Formats: sequence, structure tokens, C-alpha cells
Amino acid sequence: MRTIRIGSGAGYSGDRIEPAVELAEKGDIQYLVFECLGERTVALAQQARLRNPEGGYDPLLEERMRAVLPLCAAKGIKIVTNMGAANPLAAACKTAAIARAIGLSSLKVAAVVGDDVLDACKQSDLPIMEFDGTISQLGNRLISANAYLGAEPIVKALGGGADVVITGRASDPALFLAPIIDAFGWPMDDWSRLGQGTLAGHLLECAGQVTGGYFADPSYKDVPDLARLGFPIGEIGEDGSLIITKAEGSGGAVTAQTCKEQLLYEVHDPARYLQPDVIADFSAVRIEEIGRDRVRVSGGRGGARPETLKVSVGYVDGFIGEGQISYAGPGALARGRLALEIVRERLKLTGVAANELRFDLIGVDSLHGSHVSAYANEPYEVRLRVAGRTENLREAVRIGNEVETLYTNGPAGGGGAFKAVRDVVAVASVLLPRELAKPRVQFVESVR
Amino acid sequence: MKLREIAHSRTGDKGNISNISVIAYDAKHYPLLLDQVTSARVKAHFAGVVEGEVVRYELPKISALNFVMDRALGGGVTHSLALDAHGKSLSSALLDLEIESVLSRL
Repeated sequence: MRTIRIGSGAGYSGDRIEPAVELAEKGDIQYLVFECLGERTVALAQQARLRNPEGGYDPLLEERMRAVLPLCAAKGIKIVTNMGAANPLAAACKTAAIARAIGLSSLKVAAVVGDDVLDACKQSDLPIMEFDGTISQLGNRLISANAYLGAEPIVKALGGGADVVITGRASDPALFLAPIIDAFGWPMDDWSRLGQGTLAGHLLECAGQVTGGYFADPSYKDVPDLARLGFPIGEIGEDGSLIITKAEGSGGAVTAQTCKEQLLYEVHDPARYLQPDVIADFSAVRIEEIGRDRVRVSGGRGGARPETLKVSVGYVDGFIGEGQISYAGPGALARGRLALEIVRERLKLTGVAANELRFDLIGVDSLHGSHVSAYANEPYEVRLRVAGRTENLREAVRIGNEVETLYTNGPAGGGGAFKAVRDVVAVASVLLPRELAKPRVQFVESVR
Repeated sequence: MKLREIAHSRTGDKGNISNISVIAYDAKHYPLLLDQVTSARVKAHFAGVVEGEVVRYELPKISALNFVMDRALGGGVTHSLALDAHGKSLSSALLDLEIESVLSRL
């Protein structure tokens, strides 16, 4: 039976660079996938593209490509990535230019475009899934709308001979499903195998999260050598059989436990994991260790694909102003609480216009609120944090300023004040009839 | 004993929904999870954090539960004022749940 090996070279935009090089070097892989596009990233990238028409793709594209292109070209490893963000074509041109610069003269780079469905969305009145409202009600706050594309255009690009395929918004598992379909020619209505292929993609898409990252809990769940965490390899057979493993000698661990945690990561109903290509069913999945750092995952199934595509809508959501300051030693908690009360009163007295405010003591209740952490012992040090959402920059600035004035106006011993303001790009979702998104593939070659 | 002694856990986020897996280290403890880690208990444990419904999914083949908690992330990851806007740390809070070592129905 034919099998392929797919490496996962990044689990988010800022992920470590060298584990992907290790995979290309000694992972014995035929495909290398980089998943680098978060929910909000594409909206921020769209803003970058508006400022610079040649920009709008992942800021680490060049560094990652320079690190892996020579090895991948030499070994014939195909690269698939969503680093195109808001501008896949510019990212493809940039990649071809890098290839030329390092002496690779016949690299074929494909851009998958058509995930940008802003125009289609603007003309519609689609309801927003997260809150009551429609797209049109966002008015001129609307920045971007990108549909989660499926595997088909990526398969087409690979079939057309692409060495590197660069997409914008695509479903993360589809980045992995596409190479599997490219290798084995699975029909796009073989729901069961597409479900198992989606399972492979889902386990691999967050890279180190299945090889021991986001997992260690000393003396309960120990993981060796996290500073040299190896990224995962999926070994997939033509029949859909799947083994998760990693490069020999790398840090981390692939165990039944790491695979189970990643199986349910960001999953709601395990029997209905909605994807552009299939509704995958993970409810009967079995996970077994068959060797050191080798785990067999079977039983992924699926049903007919949805008639709609999920669309991420980016919109301007005002500003967030924030301030922090620390207290320590005996009575730290009482001084922190007093400081919080002072800021609360000051924001009222001075009439700071905030739509929402949040008052935390880091080290006490900032993560889970006062109910969950009520029993905790008094800490040696606490850090006050006040954050608020405002309509404009000026009001946001006033929040951090009020915290900072605690230096000379607040309780004893306040130190390390910090303040910050940021404009907020938020993301919501709508469901778009799938025929309104029209994916296309464009090729760019590094030939001079 | 604490839930941490018999199970491990991971949090994921999508929009304003948080999901937390609870996975038995040993399949023999799965009945304890089914019996005692109920949606109602999880909802009560996260009072003040989770504003919406908590739904539990069961995965007997891997001895795991999956809790899907609606309106749990301060309006959503990209909107929230919280320090941990993704709610990544929620799984650790859930492992603090107290578990009786025998099934309550026995």
C-alpha cells in the first residue's frame, strides 16, 4: 500500500522556524504544511494591504521560505501554506523572487485566490453568528470578509505541478487534506475517507500541540526537551490509515495522551466537525500507541459537505486602554484592592467614557474571576490590571493614565506601572452560500 | 481527590465559545468522569466566567468528555478585555474540581 508523510511546519504565524527545517532535513516527508493564519490575522493583513498593495501576507513568509526552500527543492518536498493571508498572489511572487535569489530557477509557485468575499458579503444581509445583527449593520466598520476555502483549489494547484501552494483563508485541516487527495486521488464525495483525512489534518494543524507542546504539567505529564520540540509528521496510507509521529532525535513526545488532547482541541460536537469539504465525525476515533513516538489514529468518518462556507468577517471595534501596577510584601493584596477601588472611583469622577471596564488583580483573580479563585492563599505579590473598551483613542489613553497616577497618588509601594492603548479589529462569522465564493489558482514561476 | 489525579485536559476557543476536554488517564476512571463531571457541575464551577449553556459530549472509545461552554470568553477572543482572552488557562481550573473516588449511584 502506498503511504505518504506530511510534516507540519508551523501551528501559528509566529511559530518557531527551525522545527520545519528539521522535518525537511530528516523527516522523510513529501509535503510540508505551514498553518500561520489566525482568526483575526487576515483582517489585520487586509489593513496592511490597504496601506501597501504589495503587502498583506505573513510577515515571516520570507524567513520561513529562505529556511526551507533549498532543502525542499532539493528533495522535491512540496510546500502548502496559508501565509498568503490577505494577498496570496503577492506572497507567491515574493516566494518566486526568493527562489530566484537563492538560485532555484524552475520553482513553480501557485496562489489560491478567491477567499476574499467582501463584495459578495457587502451585497448581502447575512446574519452574524456570534451576536444579534447582520453584516450590513457593521456599515463602514467592516474591513474584510474571507471564506474558509476547502481542499479543491489546493489539489488543483498541486495537480498543475506547483512546488509551493500559497493560500489566503482556507480551512486549516484542508491544507493537509489537499496533499492526501493529490497523492491518492480520493474522490471529493468519499465522505468517510475525507473525514479520516480531515482527522489527520486536525491533529497536525497546530504543529507542536500534538508532539508535547501545550501539554506538560510537571510530575503529572512530563515532556522531554521542550526547547527542542519536534513538529509532527502524519504518515497516511492510501486506505486512510494514519500514524502520528515526529523526527528521530527531536524533543517532545507523541503519545496517546497528546493525540487525545489535540483530537478535541477547538472541537464542539465531535460527531459534526464542520469543514468546507466534509462534515467530519470524530466520535468513534480510536487512538493507540504502536511504538515510541508512534500513535495510530483510526475511525474518522464523515458525511456530506455543508452547503455554506464559514466566512470570517473583520471589523473595527473601537479601542482598548489598559494600565498595570504591582504591589508586594505583607499586605500586598489589601493595597492592590485599595488601588483598584481608587482607579474605579477616579474613572467615574473624571468621566472617562468606557463601554466596558475590567478590574483584575493578576496573581489573584485575573484569569478565572473571584469565584473560582476564592480559596487561594494570599500571594507575595499582586499586579493590578485595569482595561476598558472605548469609542476613541483619547478615552482609551485616560484609562492607563489613571492607573499610572497611582505611583504618587495611590497606596504605598506601587511599582512597575505600564500603560498601553490599541485599536481593536474584532472578528465575527457568517455563513455564505458556497457558490458565491469562486476560488481560482494562479501560477508564478521562478524562471528568469 | 482532585480531578487532576485521574484526568488531563485542554482548552480550545472559537469566537465566544470555549471547549474543554477531560480525558481519563486510565479507562477504568471513565465511569467516574461520566458520573461526577456533569454539565451542571462545570457550569457551577465556572460561575462568573461562563454566561451561557454548557453541553457535554461523551467519547467512550478514548475515555474522554468534551464540554462546550457558550458565552465563555468575554464576547469572543478578538473582543475580550480579559488577560487570557482565549481562555487557554480554563482547563487548569477545571482540574481543581473535587471528585469522590466511588460512583455516587452505587
